[in-house]
Amino acid sequence: MLRVVLGTVVTFAGALFLFIGCLGVFRMPDVYNRLQAGTKCTTLGAFLTAIGVGIIEPTWFWKTLVIAVFILLTNPISNHALGRASRKSGVPLCEGSVVDRSQEFDGYEGRP
Amino acid sequence: MSGTVILTLTGIITAGILLCLLRLLKGPTAPDRAVAMDTACTVTTALLVLLALFFKRSVYLDVALVYALLTFMGLVAIARYLERGI
Amino acid sequence: MIIIVSLLVLAMLVAAVAALIYRDLLSAVIASCLVSLLASILFFFLQAPDVAMAEASIGAALVTAIFVIAIRRTKRYEE
Repeated sequence: MLRVVLGTVVTFAGALFLFIGCLGVFRMPDVYNRLQAGTKCTTLGAFLTAIGVGIIEPTWFWKTLVIAVFILLTNPISNHALGRASRKSGVPLCEGSVVDRSQEFDGYEGRP
Repeated sequence: MSGTVILTLTGIITAGILLCLLRLLKGPTAPDRAVAMDTACTVTTALLVLLALFFKRSVYLDVALVYALLTFMGLVAIARYLERGI
Repeated sequence: MIIIVSLLVLAMLVAAVAALIYRDLLSAVIASCLVSLLASILFFFLQAPDVAMAEASIGAALVTAIFVIAIRRTKRYEE
């Protein structure tokens, strides 16, 4: 019984993180802010949801752990590639941005 | 965990997918739409895991596993095109 | 359950119309990828996981990569 309650709480936290991440993708003013909100919240939310389902059904735990580890590996890589690509293809920053250090790197070839 | 609770969680996640769809319709440039699609893909993986719990079949988790691995490929293709091609 | 399925069908229709009317072909490819994602969830609701797996692997990954390679060989904007 305690196991089911614990798994329900973890799964509910994961679903809430997923919704907050999607709300951040809808509300943020810029591509890079949207990337940050989408990546962090959805990675943690999907991880917590998979682990919570594994806690509720203990015979599924290793399979859901494999799914969680795959999400934890692939999601930051693809989002990093998207951020780098949008910076190199010349998407401007939003109005209130303070600092932009990306032009100081060696071999920077994109348009600012 | 009863079916009503799982369906409530599924409804919350579906509202997130609808918000991603609104951003895809509204986004000014192509990288905005790519970010919205990437977020929708990750959210869909969690939704498939929850639906496997709802139908109580362990075989349904394989779909989420394939999904978590293969959407990575399309996104990397889009990112490489945006980095080199324009 | 019927409410969630109705919302998903509505979202799929909106994404398909958006894929039709975009002039930027890369955005159209991204919208068609979202259509195949929602179709995969709907196959999952109809308890057909093998069809959902085929739709996910072919529609979301392979067709997107092939279309992006085709856009790279031709041009990106329509007209």
